[in-house]
Amino acid sequence: MSGTLPPLAVQLPAERWRTAPEDLLAYSFDGTAGLRQRPLAVGFPESAEEVAAILREADRTGTPVVTRGSGTGLSGGSVPVEDSIVLCTTRMNRILELDRQNLTLLAEPGVLTQAIHGEASAHGLFYPPDPSSQKISTIGGNVANNSGGLRGLKYGVTRDYVMGLEVVSPQGEIFWLGNKCVKDVAGYSLRDLYIGSEGTLGVITKVLLKLVPAPAAKRTLLATYDSMEAAAATVSAIIAEPVIPCTLEFLDRKTLQCVEEYTGIGLPTAAEALLFMETDGHPAAVAEEAEAMERIARGEGALEVRSASDGTEAARLGEARRSAFAALARLRPTTILEDATVPRSELARMIAFVAKTAEKHGLEVATFGHFGDGNLHPTFLTDERDPGEMERVHTAFAEIFEYALALGGTITGEHGVGISKREFLATQYDEGSLALLRQLKATLDPRGILNPGKLLPA
Amino acid sequence: MSGAEGHRLAGLDYSVVQQCIHCGMCLPDCPTYRETGQERNSPRGRIAWMRAIADGEIEVNRAFADEMYYCLGCLACQSACPADVDYAQLLEAARAEVEEAGILEDRRQRSFWRWLALRAIFTRPRLLRGIGRGIRVYQRTGLDRAVRRSGLLRVLPGRLAALEPQTPRIERRFSPQRIPARLLPGGEKPRYRVALLTGCVQDLAFSSVNRATAEVLLANGCEVITPPVQPCCGSLHAHNGAIGLARDLARRQIDLFPPEDFDAIVSNAGGCGSHLRRYGELLADDPAYAARAAEWDRKLRDVHEWLVEIGCRAPRMAPAPGGRPLRLTYHPSCHLHHGQRIRRQPEQLLDLLPGTERVPLAEATSCCGSAGIYNITQPEQAAKLQAAKIKHLRATGAEVVATANPGCHLQLVNGFPPGESAPRVTHPVVLLAEAYARER
Repeated sequence: MSGTLPPLAVQLPAERWRTAPEDLLAYSFDGTAGLRQRPLAVGFPESAEEVAAILREADRTGTPVVTRGSGTGLSGGSVPVEDSIVLCTTRMNRILELDRQNLTLLAEPGVLTQAIHGEASAHGLFYPPDPSSQKISTIGGNVANNSGGLRGLKYGVTRDYVMGLEVVSPQGEIFWLGNKCVKDVAGYSLRDLYIGSEGTLGVITKVLLKLVPAPAAKRTLLATYDSMEAAAATVSAIIAEPVIPCTLEFLDRKTLQCVEEYTGIGLPTAAEALLFMETDGHPAAVAEEAEAMERIARGEGALEVRSASDGTEAARLGEARRSAFAALARLRPTTILEDATVPRSELARMIAFVAKTAEKHGLEVATFGHFGDGNLHPTFLTDERDPGEMERVHTAFAEIFEYALALGGTITGEHGVGISKREFLATQYDEGSLALLRQLKATLDPRGILNPGKLLPA
Repeated sequence: MSGAEGHRLAGLDYSVVQQCIHCGMCLPDCPTYRETGQERNSPRGRIAWMRAIADGEIEVNRAFADEMYYCLGCLACQSACPADVDYAQLLEAARAEVEEAGILEDRRQRSFWRWLALRAIFTRPRLLRGIGRGIRVYQRTGLDRAVRRSGLLRVLPGRLAALEPQTPRIERRFSPQRIPARLLPGGEKPRYRVALLTGCVQDLAFSSVNRATAEVLLANGCEVITPPVQPCCGSLHAHNGAIGLARDLARRQIDLFPPEDFDAIVSNAGGCGSHLRRYGELLADDPAYAARAAEWDRKLRDVHEWLVEIGCRAPRMAPAPGGRPLRLTYHPSCHLHHGQRIRRQPEQLLDLLPGTERVPLAEATSCCGSAGIYNITQPEQAAKLQAAKIKHLRATGAEVVATANPGCHLQLVNGFPPGESAPRVTHPVVLLAEAYARER
């Protein structure tokens, strides 16, 4: 340990502060390309009381505090700001309770998402949200970003499974918001205010999650197409049927090739588009839905439709889809992923626009994402050392966001605003609602110590 | 250390450093991150540090040196990495940089052992065998037990005294006494001509594995060429920052085994193979050797890979007599599984054995802590990983543990306390050879 401890260091035992340059370096980024900033110190609290003590002192001294879990975010939400301290929640990693009567699970924020899945599954239960980084992302980070995932189409997102939160305010007060009641209309839903607040309003120190019964059956289908339009038509027809599968994902050709290179599981790399579809639930319903999905896919001109042979193959295919973003990094030095989202009826149009925009600016783009819920991941493959190209990437994104908004969409479906998209927020919000956001922030964090420079436009 | 210039971090093609997009997918698979929960002890933390050095932001210092040797080099992160970061190359360059900067040279004991191992012993195969014979006499005469009882070990430096019981049992005969320089399959005209690499530790402690490898290759129609004196492959050197020496050894190896003369050059040790198949990269800047080194890489095969490729014949007999199936499990060596990406083949071969039942091993692809010389340099962390591995092995109830790397082999054997009815640890090809032998 070297360097000078900030004045609030006394709030934690010395061995749980890190200030050596090499530690600061290792905590100066998250999963977002091109963003780096070293903090003053990194602290590892183990309780809400410790968090409260640090925040009180930070508030008194005006020290910015950035909360961080595993640092897998994709909008810079947990990248430190200048002269900040990082509160890393990874040591608060206990699952405190699984209540079988009420089907709830109480966990500390540093528990890995996958550990929640494992604990639920050990009791025959199910926690549906499944962000692609689930094997290392923390539940606290999921709640702070209201993370989505592959099952959002049928099961919704993290918010739909949060029943209660323990939150520490910047003034160091510890609040418990919510309860185990399925119905509760007492007062404003303050809990919901903190879900997706990206560490700008308070620090989450406990999460009470809703669990559901594990689905008894599941079927996984892969369909390939020689055009993205045919894949999009399949998705529209499935929804219009109406069938709401658990998962309706797509990968374009470039993404397919990279994922196949990484996994080697025999994906059809010659296809222009691949649909990855899953239905789960009661065996009879699953059989019926799978049959309908297969029939529709064929009717819309699928080159091939095949079914995963067993659970192991299905899991491997899901894992392969989750690796899409990082696998694309094989092609160019810098990989910038966005998550513009539109009403699902507009998705085909949005995909065509992304391709056209990339071409116009001479950029390489790969696109994959959650077809069923309109959540797109246009990924620019570029090189951060080339300022000219980076400038064009930025312009292309601005045009894509603008178009998404024109189609009634949003600039971010599941990654959050963070640093990357704060300048675009003002195009999505009108002046009045933007003022409301600012007013909220100013009321709850008047000294602006929590994750300053994030989420709200400058 | 001369000749390391091209391998300095700043000298690397920057795209290798930049390939890491710090998505964090490697973290749960990294044994040291799992242990400490600190980013500096994770692959992406280390790469960020290397990048800062390559960028000239910070200097190579003691902390960096220690971290580069705290890393096991198990390459589990490479298997986990969707972005295909070449961590092996980064780590080699980082360690070479540390050695060149002489950061750790004030630790006299370390310098001496390093010099002894890398420069004096593991470059001279005959001297290595001489030492092996000495150790064998020490073990066979009972002198080892007498010395342990006498307390004489207390005069040795602490780390060395702790290591003494871990010394491998040296075999009575080394590879040249067991394997003639040229072997032809009986009866048939050979289908392939292959070279057999006998290794260093493998040769001293497990020459029977080398013999079994020759037997199995013969049984599958290969003519087997095994020169009696073979240089070390240089893997120990490259993995420990001595790139110049590693290049010299690679050139000697290529001279001894002209790659154009063989259908395959076969290695049976995971750690060696992982280095051996990268001669092309190592000698890329050597005009006299670059082309042959590339040819070498094309010919180099792990023994399991080669046997599956040529369609290994299923034995007609079980490897051991007995009514009920022999329960066996497989521990993948990191450098075979993550480094060489030879993942299915060893299990495919084991599944050819009649009269056996293969049971899965929990956390199979996690490092056993041997990691080259890691159990010597980082005994504490190595012991933790060893204990976890042994716990999982016990849970399988296997009577036989198959593994394909001498370091893992020793680590597993040493992991069971004396007196416990431990499973037999052996190489997959030994089981195949035993099964073939029982056909006769």
